Amino acid sequence: MEPKISISLGRLKLKNPVMIASGTFGYAREFSDFFDLKKLGAIVTKTITLRARQGNLPPRTCETPAGMLNSVGLENPGIDAFIREKLPLLAKTGVPIIVSIASEAGWQEFVELARRLDKIKAVAALELNISCPNISRRSIVDSPQATKLLISQDSKATYDLVKTVRKATRKTLITKLSPNVTDIAEIAVAAEAAGSDAVSLINTLTGMSIDAQSRRSKVAAGIAGLSGPAVRPIAVRMVWEAYQKIKIPIIGMGGIIDDLSALEFLIAGATAVSVGTANFVYPRVTIEIIEGVRKYLRRNRIKDIKYLSGSLNL
Amino acid sequence: MGDKLQEEVKILSNQKVGKSYFLLRLASRKISAFASPGQFVQIKVAADNEILLRRPFGIHRVNKNTFDCLYSLVGAGTRHLCRKQPGSRLDVIGPLGNGFNYALTAKRCTLILVAGGMGVAPLVFLAEKLMEGKTPSAKRKVVVLIGAKTKSQILCEREFKKFGCSVKVATDDGSRGFKGKVTDLLNNLLRETRNPKPETRIYACGPRPMLKVISRLSIRYNIPAEISLEEHLACGIGACFGCAVRTRDGFKRVCKEGPVFPAEEIVWNQGG
Repeated sequence: MEPKISISLGRLKLKNPVMIASGTFGYAREFSDFFDLKKLGAIVTKTITLRARQGNLPPRTCETPAGMLNSVGLENPGIDAFIREKLPLLAKTGVPIIVSIASEAGWQEFVELARRLDKIKAVAALELNISCPNISRRSIVDSPQATKLLISQDSKATYDLVKTVRKATRKTLITKLSPNVTDIAEIAVAAEAAGSDAVSLINTLTGMSIDAQSRRSKVAAGIAGLSGPAVRPIAVRMVWEAYQKIKIPIIGMGGIIDDLSALEFLIAGATAVSVGTANFVYPRVTIEIIEGVRKYLRRNRIKDIKYLSGSLNL
Repeated sequence: MGDKLQEEVKILSNQKVGKSYFLLRLASRKISAFASPGQFVQIKVAADNEILLRRPFGIHRVNKNTFDCLYSLVGAGTRHLCRKQPGSRLDVIGPLGNGFNYALTAKRCTLILVAGGMGVAPLVFLAEKLMEGKTPSAKRKVVVLIGAKTKSQILCEREFKKFGCSVKVATDDGSRGFKGKVTDLLNNLLRETRNPKPETRIYACGPRPMLKVISRLSIRYNIPAEISLEEHLACGIGACFGCAVRTRDGFKRVCKEGPVFPAEEIVWNQGG
């Protein structure tokens, strides 16, 4: 018998648990040369802001051991152009489209984005990007004590924001968390308590790489976000920590590059997984992971993927 | 392009052709059929993921069912690549990017190719295509200017000559040809050919400072130039928005809208 690999995130049903992580898939068209996009579980879009953002100055990326740093800076055309130009093509894939949103200035922007997207049928869910390390931090958290923090680095701010956005939309709400915290479970609990339907973890770890000759940071912005296989053990650990404290589904990500690494996240407690940096290297990797997970379940006689989630042997 | 941009291709040869230069010949019917000058391929040089990202290589030559990449040993990626043996396979994505516009209609034209360092690699393919387009009735002159630090780094002179191009060389240390920058050589040439001026065009590939000067010259002499930007790429397929270059029309992706751009489009200051 074929194992069941469909999963649910809130009311959103996915035919399989393999998703595309935000910011790693262009606007999907770039990948239609490599595989049939229909096969994906879901696509999380590049983060959209209210106004268009040019993004950061180059160089924006550099390679690091088993990973890379990026500081793209949420380059995007803004919500209007996104809805007009990008969303129709994304919707055509037939895959649930989860729109990642972020604010450049205060919570009101999150609320407005959520309201705008709430009305659009092609939008399957929203992912709150409250954890991007690459945009100026000062204006993000309203509380003066928290001016140096991202929203997702403060459990109170996370709770308040999710609660506010929750009122603005009936869509499935996913909160994306930052690994640059002392206790990820505490933030995950706050997101759950505020009404988030699921949490995504992890966003990139902040990092730096320096060219010794020029004594400059290899990425123009100085500090950037680390991703790729190098961060995977940290991500898996964080999924495991969050899993023990929350009931809502976890979308696990961070260095997934093949079926075995995706399985690590599922066993640690993730309901679904997202693939990010690996898309840059192996554009077909998501499809191979779906097949690999299916085979694993079959081989181990696991009837439903839900029995795998959190099945870590202690 | 078709359904399959990614393929496992066989290495036919991977030979040292100079002090630290290698010529890689790969078998691919598809890439050899569809590639155009200025396009590139993304090669997974290391099978393990310690060296995670693919490396971009300009398409240097195309033959029936095969294509070549010319590369220099610059870092961990190319060190890996140069050890690959003929008969083994490489995971390649391509052809990628927007190449040079070489479909010319003018009967008389002078085409100046400017290569800095490894910038010669894609220009050999371009020179071949430009000379192919030459008919007895058309007067087409292709001049190639090659710049390098020193004599031993002058590459592909013979290939260009074989196609019938006239070749001039500049070295920083004066060990071959003109002593100085290849852009000085270009400036001299443009000054001489200023009047009368048949349709003249510049195609260039090389390091950023060189391309910046060429863009200035292109504006000063009012000669259109197409330049190919060399850039570190993360994905090479337009997905990551990492290889941004500042243009008059906002940031563009070197891998997708480029790597070849009209020179006047690029904004050179401000990290561009």
